[in-house]
Amino acid sequence: MNAMAATAHHIGTTAPASPLLLAVDGVTVDFDGFKALNGFSLTLDRGTLRVLIGPNGAGKSTLCDTIIGRVRATSGRVIFKDQDITHLPEHEIVRRGICRKFQTPGVLPGLSVVDNLMIAARRDRRWWSTFRHGVAAEEKARVAEILETIGLADRAAAPAGQLAHGEKQWLEIGMVVATRADLLLLDEPTAGMGPAETSQTAALIRRLVGQHTVLVIDHDMSFLEQLDARVTVMHQGQFLKEGSVAAIRADADVAAVYLGRTKGDTHG
Amino acid sequence: MDMSMRKETPLPGLLPGVALGRPLALSLAVVALAALAPWLVSAYELNLLARFLAMALLAMGLVLVWGQGGVLSLGQGVFFGLGGYAIAMHMKLAALADGDLPDFMVWSGLDALPWWWVPFKSPLVAILGVVLVPGALAALFSWAVFRRRVGGVYFALITQALALAFATLLISQQPSTGGFNGLTDFQTLMGVELGTPAAAHGLYWLTLALVVGVFVALRALMASRYGLLLRAIRDGENRIRFLGYDPTPFKVVAFTIGAVLAGLAGALFTLHAGVVSPALVGVVPSIEMVIWVAVGGRNSLAGAVAGTLAVNLAKDGVSSAFPDLWLYALGLVFVLVVTLLPGGLAGLVADAGATPWGKRLKSFIVGGSK
Ligand SMILES: Nc1ncnc2c1ncn2[C@@H]1O[C@H](COP(=O)(O)OP(=O)(O)OP(=O)(O)O)[C@@H](O)[C@H]1O
Ligand SMILES: [Mg+2]
Repeated sequence: MNAMAATAHHIGTTAPASPLLLAVDGVTVDFDGFKALNGFSLTLDRGTLRVLIGPNGAGKSTLCDTIIGRVRATSGRVIFKDQDITHLPEHEIVRRGICRKFQTPGVLPGLSVVDNLMIAARRDRRWWSTFRHGVAAEEKARVAEILETIGLADRAAAPAGQLAHGEKQWLEIGMVVATRADLLLLDEPTAGMGPAETSQTAALIRRLVGQHTVLVIDHDMSFLEQLDARVTVMHQGQFLKEGSVAAIRADADVAAVYLGRTKGDTHG
Repeated sequence: MDMSMRKETPLPGLLPGVALGRPLALSLAVVALAALAPWLVSAYELNLLARFLAMALLAMGLVLVWGQGGVLSLGQGVFFGLGGYAIAMHMKLAALADGDLPDFMVWSGLDALPWWWVPFKSPLVAILGVVLVPGALAALFSWAVFRRRVGGVYFALITQALALAFATLLISQQPSTGGFNGLTDFQTLMGVELGTPAAAHGLYWLTLALVVGVFVALRALMASRYGLLLRAIRDGENRIRFLGYDPTPFKVVAFTIGAVLAGLAGALFTLHAGVVSPALVGVVPSIEMVIWVAVGGRNSLAGAVAGTLAVNLAKDGVSSAFPDLWLYALGLVFVLVVTLLPGGLAGLVADAGATPWGKRLKSFIVGGSK
C-alpha cells in the first residue's frame, strides 16, 4: 500500500488539530423556488467512511455539488479543515483537498488513460508550472501504482473514451485517488458495474478509508453491506436518519420514503 | 490488485519524445528547398510565397488556439492588422522630414500628428509594438471573457464583432488611419531600401526562418504538459476545474500566443505586400484565416502551413481569372472540408498513411524501425 503510505506522509505535514474534517452547516440550495437542499447539515471526521442514501431526487448529488463549489448555497456554510470554503472558486476548493467523482463518468475521453491519471496526480496545479519539463518520479510511481490497482495497466495508452463503462468508473476513481485529496466524494461509483466489479470497488474503497475520508453515494444495498459504514439517509433535501446499515435497513421511516420503487432493494 | 507489489510499469505517452532520424532529414530537405526559392522562382512568385509564409505564422497560432485549445476565434484579422499597422506607421513616419505629416493626413487637413502615432517614430517601439500591442490586447480581452466562462459560439461571435468594429474604426477614422486605402507607399525600413531584390530575398529568408522557428517552438509547446492540459481543457473544461486546475490562464496564454503570431504575420505581410488596409483585417479575411487552418487540419502545424499555401495559391489563381467567384469557391471548399474531411489535409495524409501502401512508404521514411 505504497500509495496510501505516501498520502499519509503528506497529510502528516499538516497535523490535524481536531478530528473534524468537513462540516456542512444548515445548507439550503434553492433552484428557482425548488429547495434541492433544505437546511441540510452533515459532519465528517478524518479518516472515516460515510454512505449517503436517499430516493431519487433527494439532493445527494446537489450536496456534492455544493461542497465542491459547482452549485452555490443559497444559505448555510461549508467548513473544511476549519475554514469556510462556501464561496471559494472550484479549483481552489479542490486544491485544499476535496475531489469528487461524478455520477456520469467524468474522464477526459480524448486523452490516454495514463495522461488522465498524470493530470490528476500533478501536485503543482498552477498554470505556469506546466511549462517546466519533467515529471516528478514520485508522481510517476504513484500513477503506475494506481494503474495496477484499478486494473488498467495494460490499457494505459488507450484513449479513455474507448474504455468500457465500468472501466471508466474505475479510471475516474483512480483519478480522484491520484489527487491525494483528503476528502473523496464518490457519487454512485458502482453504476453500470456487475456484482464482481461492485465487490472489487467496495474492497478498494475500504482500503482508501483511513488515509482519506470518503463519502459514498449509492443505492445498491449489497454494495452498502460490503462497505459496512455509517449511513446517512436524506429525503427531499433534508436529513432523515443516521445509523448502521442494519439499523437503517430495519428503520420504518426509511422504508416509507423508499416504499414503492426501491422497496426490493432496501429489504435485500 | 495487491498494491504492495510495486512493478515497473512503462508509462506510454507520458513524455512524447521528438522522433528524430529520417523525418528530421526530410523536414530539413523541405526547408533547404524553400531557402533556395529566390533562385528557383520568379520575383513575383517569391513575393507571393513570402506573403503566404507570413500568413502561415498566423495559421500555426490558430492550431494552438482552435485545434488544441478548442477556442474558435473569428477575429484574428484584428491582431494581424495591429501588427501590420504598427510597422506601417513607422515606415510612413521614417520617410518624412522632421515636422512633416504623412500625405493622407495633409490631404484630410490634419495639422499635427495624432498622439498615438508619435511613439512609432522609433523603430524599436514599432517592432515591439508588432507583438506587444496584439499580445496585450488579446491577453486583456480573453482574460475578461474566459474568466466569465464565456466560450464556444459566443466567444466566436464576440471576436467576429471585434473584427467588424476594428475594420469600421479604421475606415471611419480616415484622417489618422488612411481610411479605406490604408497605409502604403513605403520606402525604407531601418535604413534598408525596400523593393530591391536583396531586400526581397532578405525579408523572404527572415519569414522562412520565423516559420521554422515558430513551428519548432509550437511543436515543443504542444508536446509539453501545458499542451496536454490545453487539450484536456478543450475536451472537458469542467473536469479539469474539478481536478484543481483553473482553465482560464491556460486559454488566455494560448489566445495571446495566437495573437502575437498574428501580429508578426501582419507585419511581415505588410512588408512583403507594401500595403496594409482594412480590407485585410475585417470579418471576411478573419474567416478566411480559419478556413486555411480547417483545410490544412486544425491540429497539425504542418497541415496549417500547407493549408495556408494551398488556399492562398488557389485564391491567387481563381481571383485573377474570375474575381467574383473567389468567395463562392472558398465557401464551397469550407463546406466540403467540414463535411468530408474534418481532419483537413493532415487528416487525409494520416488516413493515407494507414493504407498498406501508405504504411510501406511510412516505414521507408521513418526508417523501417516499426
Ligand atoms: N441545476 C438544477 N436546476 C434545477 N433543479 C435541479 C438542478 N439540479 C438538480 N435539481 C433538482 O434537485 C433535486 C435533487 O437532485 P439531485 O441530483 O441532487 O438528486 P439525487 O439525490 O442525486 O438523485 P439521484 O439518486 O437520481 O441521483 C431533483 O429534483 C433535481 O431535479
Ligand atoms: Mg445523484
